Amino acid sequence: MLKHTVLMAALACAFGVSTATAANNNDLSEIRHELKQMRESYEARIQILENRLKALQPAQPAQVVQETTKETQAKPSIGNVALPVPKNAFNPSIALILGGTYANLSQDPSLYRIQGFVPSGDEVGPGKRGLNLGESELTLSANIDPRFSGKLTFSLTPDNSVSVEEAAFETIALSNGLGLKAGRFLSSVGYLNSQHAHTWDFVDAPLTYQAFFGGQYKPDGVQIRWLAPTDRFFQVGMEVGNGVSFPGSDRNKNGFSATSLFAHVGDDLGESASWRTGISYLQTKAVDRTYSDVNAVGTEVINGLSGSSNLWVVDGIYKWAPNGNATRTNFKLQGEYFRRTEQGTLQYDTQVGDYRSVQSGWYLQGVYQFEPNWRFGLRYDRLQSGTPTIGLVESGALTAADFSRLVHFKPTRSSVMLDYSPSEFSRFRLQFAREKSRPDAIDNQLFLQYVMSLGAHKAHAF
Amino acid sequence: MKKFLITLYAGLIGLLSLPAQAAVNILACEPEWAALASEIGGDKVVITSATTALQDPHHIEARPSLVARARKADLLVCTGLELESGWLPILLQQSANPKIAPGQRGNFEAGNYVKRLDVPTSVNRSEGDVHASGNPHIQQDPHNIAAVADALFKRLSDIDPSNAAYYQLRHQNFASRWAVAIKKWEQMAAPLKGIAVVEHHQNMEYLIHWLGLKNVGTLEQKPGVEPSAAHLTELLAQLKQQPAKLIIRAAYQDPRASLWLSERTNIPALVLPFTVGGNPNSRTLFNFFEDTVQRLLRAQK
Repeated sequence: MLKHTVLMAALACAFGVSTATAANNNDLSEIRHELKQMRESYEARIQILENRLKALQPAQPAQVVQETTKETQAKPSIGNVALPVPKNAFNPSIALILGGTYANLSQDPSLYRIQGFVPSGDEVGPGKRGLNLGESELTLSANIDPRFSGKLTFSLTPDNSVSVEEAAFETIALSNGLGLKAGRFLSSVGYLNSQHAHTWDFVDAPLTYQAFFGGQYKPDGVQIRWLAPTDRFFQVGMEVGNGVSFPGSDRNKNGFSATSLFAHVGDDLGESASWRTGISYLQTKAVDRTYSDVNAVGTEVINGLSGSSNLWVVDGIYKWAPNGNATRTNFKLQGEYFRRTEQGTLQYDTQVGDYRSVQSGWYLQGVYQFEPNWRFGLRYDRLQSGTPTIGLVESGALTAADFSRLVHFKPTRSSVMLDYSPSEFSRFRLQFAREKSRPDAIDNQLFLQYVMSLGAHKAHAF
Repeated sequence: MKKFLITLYAGLIGLLSLPAQAAVNILACEPEWAALASEIGGDKVVITSATTALQDPHHIEARPSLVARARKADLLVCTGLELESGWLPILLQQSANPKIAPGQRGNFEAGNYVKRLDVPTSVNRSEGDVHASGNPHIQQDPHNIAAVADALFKRLSDIDPSNAAYYQLRHQNFASRWAVAIKKWEQMAAPLKGIAVVEHHQNMEYLIHWLGLKNVGTLEQKPGVEPSAAHLTELLAQLKQQPAKLIIRAAYQDPRASLWLSERTNIPALVLPFTVGGNPNSRTLFNFFEDTVQRLLRAQK
């Protein structure tokens, strides 16, 4: 056998390649012919099968469709690039906000005060003159497990300090419209309070927020809220907190020191407009919440307030866009009214007397987008300090002039702004404000601001 | 007292469980899915759409009315592919309805069931509003509608098994009528093959792909970035050299850029319904495609 093969091979070599090629050519054309026949017959068969399948398709579509979402995720549709799952797929998403302002103020900002109101902290006022880095915000957020999601927002201030703006977890799987949140969070009282500063329509917070909350109210606590199963949006909620932030103070006590309740209702008005309105109540307690004042002879004194503070907020927002399409033009009108009653004692040096005040304030603002990317806004702020009842003054021990910061005044401010947003992630704003927060001066303020959002930007609430 | 409490409790349970007995409550993110759900669900479902054809599906406010509707929904039918990422997450969070949370049966994303176009190999915001999972405007190819219908009918039967036979029947009926209609539209649209078009936003890709049109330019230089004067001037110069047949845009888009270009190039600017309800002739899915093809045919003559 072997011999034969060797012989054949030798012969083939001897007679040259040409004969072999000729033989091969014959074979090849035969094979080709057979293949063609086979292909034709298969094609015909496939055609028949395809036709049958087509006829069956409407009747049994279930067999063609992928079973569940999970399967679909595992096998992306045909024709798509299957992205490899990266190692950091479970990392929290990161969002970064960069902000900065240029401020031109006609009055010295170190002399800033809201006359008639007990100072509410360092975050009030127009800020520094000149070029300023704003607060940079870094947010990390992710789902924790099937039941919870979590979020942490750092605030990096221009003086190189870091603070925790928000750090809270939230339920994602409670049924019947219930939601629970715990940690440090922006309280849902009012309208603007629950919105991050970078989404505001003006550079600064309304005067009401500055006077009554010292910026924004962020309790360390627990929030529970319930959304009613109604056609119209109706939500109620409650928060309990440690009550450390203004208007409360650290009381070194067990239990809750701050309680808030809120209810919101909202709906559409046809296709073009929608609204939401609400009422909120916040009760806080303070023990020896100190502030500095200047007495009748011009000496600086430290006063302390103890007692309870009850605040009511009524808020409303109305948004309009032609056919509900806000891309080209849209308008929003927003306003809030605050009213606070404080009751307790006021300490002046070593003397203590009763204290009671009723103070209120409101703002109204309208923002109109007249062109894609361009918006124009107006805002008016007004506060009413009232005249507090001070026991030490009533008894004649001291005079009203000894509490110069609490002397009655009606601070006002008018602001106008123009902003340009090249995209939904970047915004430049020009704002001019005329502020009369104290009787002795009018502050003309000019601001230029930028706000940039990087990374996984969260959707905005209504 | 105890008796009263029991009665109250029973009453509450009754109230809470009542909606479960009634029709399946569907919230569609876009009108095409509301129309499709209605074709399949018939009178066993109650459907509302979160958006209309005159609204830009990328930019919707998570309005209180939508939160209230999401709260009561048994099934959410959306495009997915990040089309609704600017408003749906907040809607889901605020509605506190675990039935429609991502990954649940009640959360249906149509984009998972079609062959996607324009899937980017890398994503960077300097490229504008890019969608990492591909172009999300899938509804202008009727083959996609058919694929989504297949999946949606299954999902509906899954959520409401007692009416599975009903949904199957309606789906069969729809699918056979749809297959016939596709054939008809494709025959009608044969003359459109290869014609050059300019679009406003990259939201016409599936239509272009389906009918074999040729996309020669986009009014937006980058997705989601408003058409700029500089880019339009460039486009004008390009069209002077190599003219296109049509400048197309969706009913919700700002007409100014396409009219500007149309005036200077004498290329007709055409508004397409884009989805169900985009014009008075596009009240149903069938009418919407019919109208789209007819408008293209009329305008390119």
